[in-house]
Parts: sequence; C-alpha cells; structure tokens
Amino acid sequence: MKHDRILLSHGSGGKLSYQLIHEIFLKAFGNEFLSPLNDQAVFSLPASRLAFTTDSYVVNPIFFPGGDIGKLSVCGTINDLAVGGAEPLYLSVSFIIEEGLLVEELKMVVDSMSRTAKHAGVKIITGDTKVVERGKGDKLFINTTGIGVIKDGINLSPLLIRPGNAIIVSGSIGDHGIAILSHREGIQMKIPVESDCAALHGLVKDVISQSNGILAMRDPTRGGLATTLNELVSSSGCGMIIEESAIPVKEEVKGACEILGFDPLYLANEGKLIAIVSKDSANTVLEAMQKNPLGRNASIIGAVVDAPQGKVLLETSIGNRRILDMLSGEQLPRIC
Amino acid sequence: MKYIDEFRQKNAAQAILKKIHEISKKKCNIMEICGTHTHAISKYGIRNALPPNICLISGPGCPVCVTSAGDVNRVIEFSKREKDVILATFGDMMRVPGTESSLQEQKAAGRDIRVVYSPLGAIDIAMAKPEKEVILFAVGFETTVPTVAATVLMAKDKGIKNFSVFALHKLTPPAMKALLDLGELNLHGFICPGHVTTIIGANAYRFIAEDYHAPCVVAGFEPLDAIHGLYMLVKQLEEGRNDIEIQYKRVVTWNGNVKAQKIIEQVFEICDSSWRGIGTIPMSGLRLKEEFADFNAEKRFGIKSETFEKPLDMILDLRLDNGDLKSEIQTGCACGEVLRGLLIPNQCPLFGKVCSPETPVGPCMVSFEGTCAAYYKYEFLQST
Repeated sequence: MKHDRILLSHGSGGKLSYQLIHEIFLKAFGNEFLSPLNDQAVFSLPASRLAFTTDSYVVNPIFFPGGDIGKLSVCGTINDLAVGGAEPLYLSVSFIIEEGLLVEELKMVVDSMSRTAKHAGVKIITGDTKVVERGKGDKLFINTTGIGVIKDGINLSPLLIRPGNAIIVSGSIGDHGIAILSHREGIQMKIPVESDCAALHGLVKDVISQSNGILAMRDPTRGGLATTLNELVSSSGCGMIIEESAIPVKEEVKGACEILGFDPLYLANEGKLIAIVSKDSANTVLEAMQKNPLGRNASIIGAVVDAPQGKVLLETSIGNRRILDMLSGEQLPRIC
Repeated sequence: MKYIDEFRQKNAAQAILKKIHEISKKKCNIMEICGTHTHAISKYGIRNALPPNICLISGPGCPVCVTSAGDVNRVIEFSKREKDVILATFGDMMRVPGTESSLQEQKAAGRDIRVVYSPLGAIDIAMAKPEKEVILFAVGFETTVPTVAATVLMAKDKGIKNFSVFALHKLTPPAMKALLDLGELNLHGFICPGHVTTIIGANAYRFIAEDYHAPCVVAGFEPLDAIHGLYMLVKQLEEGRNDIEIQYKRVVTWNGNVKAQKIIEQVFEICDSSWRGIGTIPMSGLRLKEEFADFNAEKRFGIKSETFEKPLDMILDLRLDNGDLKSEIQTGCACGEVLRGLLIPNQCPLFGKVCSPETPVGPCMVSFEGTCAAYYKYEFLQST
C-alpha cells in the first residue's frame, strides 16, 4: 500500500479501492467464493433449515484487552448463529472506514478477522468497503452477516421453556464490559480484565452432541445476563428464580464494578451463553460445557418457575428476594 | 480481607435480621438519608425482610436528584454559550431534566458534553484541548467535594487557564435540619451516610440527638453494614435511647477526615442552595471562594444564579407547555413528598405509569440511586 492512511479515494471504486481489496482484504480472506470478486458469492448449502443473522460493530476503542473490533465482528455473528443451534458456514463483511484510519490498523483488524474465521472454520465470502470523511465516522465500523445450517432434529426456541427447567450460564459474566470500560477510562487494575470475546459454536456443538434436553440458548451481550433472562421470560410466559451466589463473576470484575458503580448482571459479554435445559439433562449439559475450555466455569444459576409470569426473581447473595429487571437506559455506549 | 464478599455473608445477614425481628416491637419510621443506602436496601431485598412495623423512608441523599431544574438550565446555558466549550459531567447528570431539555438532549444536538468518572478527568481534557474552555459540572455531597477542591488546587498549581468549575455541592447536616424543622415528618431515627461521615465526622449529627431527640447510626453500604446499622438503630429505639452511634467503624471516626475538611475550607465557602423538590435551604451549599474566582464558571461566563425558585413548580410549568403529559402532572409528581419522607414512591400516581427510568418526570426517578428508581428497579411488580 502506497499510503499510510485510508483516503477517501480508497472508497471511490477506482485504483486505490482495487489496491485496498487486493492487498488487504483478499490477502487475508481469499477463498474460492470471494476471490473471483463477483458482485455476489454463489454457493450451495447442505441443509434445508438455515439460520441467518446480521450485526454491526461500532466498539470504541477498536483494540481492547482480549480482542479487537475484527475478532468481535466475526465471533459476535457466529455466536448469534450458534445459539440457534446452527453450524456457522459463511459470513459477509462490510467496512465503513473513516478517512485517515491508519492502514496498519486496518490490516491488524483484517488479519484478526481472518485468523478468527479460520480458527472457527467459517469463510468470509462477500464484502464491501465504504470510506466516509474524517469526523463523520469513528475510525472503523464493521457489519457482518452470517449464514449457518441447522441439523435435523435440532429445535431451540424460548417457546419450549417450561417451569422446572434449569438455567445454565457458560462462565463468568461481565468480562467484556469491564475490559472495554477500564481500557477506555485508562483504569489500571492489578489483574487486567480481558474481554471474553470468543466464538461459541464449538461449545454449542459439544453440548448438543451430549444431550437433547436443551430447549433454548441466548448469548447475553448488550444489557447483560439480567436483560437476556428478562427477554427469555417475556417470550416464554414463564418466570425465573436466579440465585445470585451461583452466578460466576471474576474477583477482578467484581472489584471494578464496586469502584465504577456497575452491576455485573447488566454488563456485556461476548463469549458466554445461557442455556435453558430440561431438569433431567441439567447435569449432563453442565458437565459437557465444563469439559470445553470456553465453558470451564459453567454453572447452574437458577430455575424456570410458573409465577410470577414474565418476571425474573433474584435470590440475593444475603438470602432475600427481589425483582431482577431489564437494563434501563444506557449503561455503557458503544460496547460492541 | 478483600472487602467484597465478607460483608455479604448470607448466614450473618440472616442472623442479624432474625435479631431485628426478635427485638423490634414499636412501630417506627426510619429514614436512610443517603441514596446509596436506598440502593443497597433495594438491591439486597432488605426492605421486604424487615418486620412490618419498621418502615424505611428514603431521604434527599442523592446529589443528582436534588439538583434543581434551574441549575440544570444554567449548565445547559454554559454548554451553549460558546462553541468552544467542553462540558465535563458525571454520567448520572446526563438524564436530569431541566425545564426544557437535558444534557443528553443537548449532546445529541451537537454540544460537546463528556462524561468523566473523576474530576481529574476534566483536567486531562483541559490539558489535551488547550484551545477549548473546559467546564466541570460538579455535583455531590461532602464525599465528592474534597476531590473537586483538590482538582481546583491542581489546576491553579499547574497554571491551567482553560478550566473552570460550576459547583453545585450540597451539605448533608443542613438538609437534615431543614427536614426536621418542616415538622411534616413522622421520623423516629436516621441511618446516616457512611461516606459523607467519613469526611465530616459523626459529631456532625450531635444536634439531631440533642435538639430533636432522634437516634442516629452511621452505617456502611454493604448489605451486612446496612442490616447491622438498622439493628443498632432499632435497639436504640426499643431501649428509648437517642445516641449517635457508628456502625461503619472501619472508616468513620467522630471527627472525620481533617485533611479533607481543610482542603474543602481552603477552596470553598458555605452558601444557600436550591434543592429540587424541597426548595432553597439556607447555608446548605458550597461555592468557590473569591480567590479561586478564575476557576468559577459562573463568574467567568457571567451566568447569574437563580437562588430562589420553586423547583417542582418549574417542572410543572415545563410539562404544562408540553401537551400530553399535562393532566397527569397536574394530579401529581410527588417527588417533594417522597424526598421529605411523606410518601413512598409507589404512592405517587405517576409511579411506573408516566414516570419510569426511561422517561423520568421527577428527580427521584432520574438517578439510578434515586428513591423512585431504586423502588422501580428492584421492587416494582407490574400488576399482571
């Protein structure tokens, strides 16, 4: 690349765009679907039931402890497919770049996406790039869209949730939120918290292969565990009782929350999932999760109940009960 | 000691709660002054675990909630005043309604308003942007004041010219006195704020025991602290004592943090202050001393203070112009009564209907630690 920074001309469709696509994007992502550089990727799929999802990533800063916007944009979309029981196959990627972004930074993000996608076994098969004037964006925004296949016999839905089901979380919560916030605010901690950003389809596959008792899964991203549990009760029409002391939270995340006045139950996660499973299969699912490094600290955190309908009750750490509500307002802007 | 889980032990908490049930006979109203106590009581489900004869009332102890609409208007004026102004504020102030707008609406309209987590964050902005005027919107009780005072001293020391403070600091004991003097209350004892008292010392509440014959316990903010503090207060009430006691002994002393008091005195002087939902309370606020006039945003930008106002009326005026909320508001935002302990939040006709954390009407719903927000978040059960 001749230039150190992204110029408006890199998005013009002309020579500089060509150079950007060939020297950065194709070099990193190249595969049989993308490399012909057609206006579309043409492919066939091995199943009739598909999962399809899209997400945009605007995280600030674009590099943070434990990840970067590129890794996040691949993992986030994979996870949205995975918690539907799908095996992710293909991604599209769309970059909106602010004029002046260092080409080196773009390269680092793209390489990170490429590594993450390869490791996850998914291919980036189509894409787009736009450049906006300086001050009209903030370095880099990424949209990814993903497609995956769902094997016969797998059917996950909050509508299947029934009283008596167990609620499992795959590991410690709040890591991503605290990693971003402490980095953003320049807060130094003795043990720096890293984002949990990770692709979860391997974990999902392990669990599904061990048990057919999984009824629904979600990844508790923005709004955190509390908000996701509330979404699950409002779509299922059941209630939940959660035991606060059973929810895994790292000591350093607890400490940072105390200092900053945040509640870990409302902080974003990027590498965790919540599974609602039948009571009988709870231990099998838990053990299967704990065998995978991404689910090592999985824990049964509560149970589905019939009343109060549409509400999540929290048994607090000191043994009293209260309502666990959804997040109100904005706790942390541009967290993912 | 990690000071996280030790004060959240289930067995200890349940044991003290059991003791409260055993000794508590009298019907009593207890006010927790501080919003952080309100928050902890709700967050850990403590209210519902107390015997029914104990009623907890939340006092005017959230600095965000008691900032008047007039003062929010003035800070908005600052942000509009010059195009090269950066307003630095604590996050909770963003949503607080003025009469026509809030800082979050002003930010969306293009004003440069930034959230800082410490007053020193504003200094960093000022140093990074020497071409801009940085105004720190400083709210808070005695706990926050020393850090703001230290920030002003640092700015003076470093010769930072583009930094000033719009100070709306408030003092706790005068507000408690004002509440007691209103005579509209039926209060039997106070849980006093742990961190404010760390600075001012527990002797500051002597007048409450001596002149008003109400017992006080200074408590910490962990659930065990709050429950233990309640136990100590209930014990005093049952034994007919009016003492000042310190539960939060690991940080609170009788004389407080003298160094912090000195730095406050060095930079600030006492003035009247306007409290949302209550009105103007004499000698209940702090303003920068004359020798720090260069750092006083009011003097620097010539926005005059509106000392005397009826804050709640201003909210009413605002919403009356605003059409659809008119009828509800006329029948009543009850923040004034909630702050004085005359009503609990869910007795307000607006609570959970037109007034919620997403669309706060009055100050008590605005802050996450506001009495109504705490009630809404942790205790409100929609009728289904």
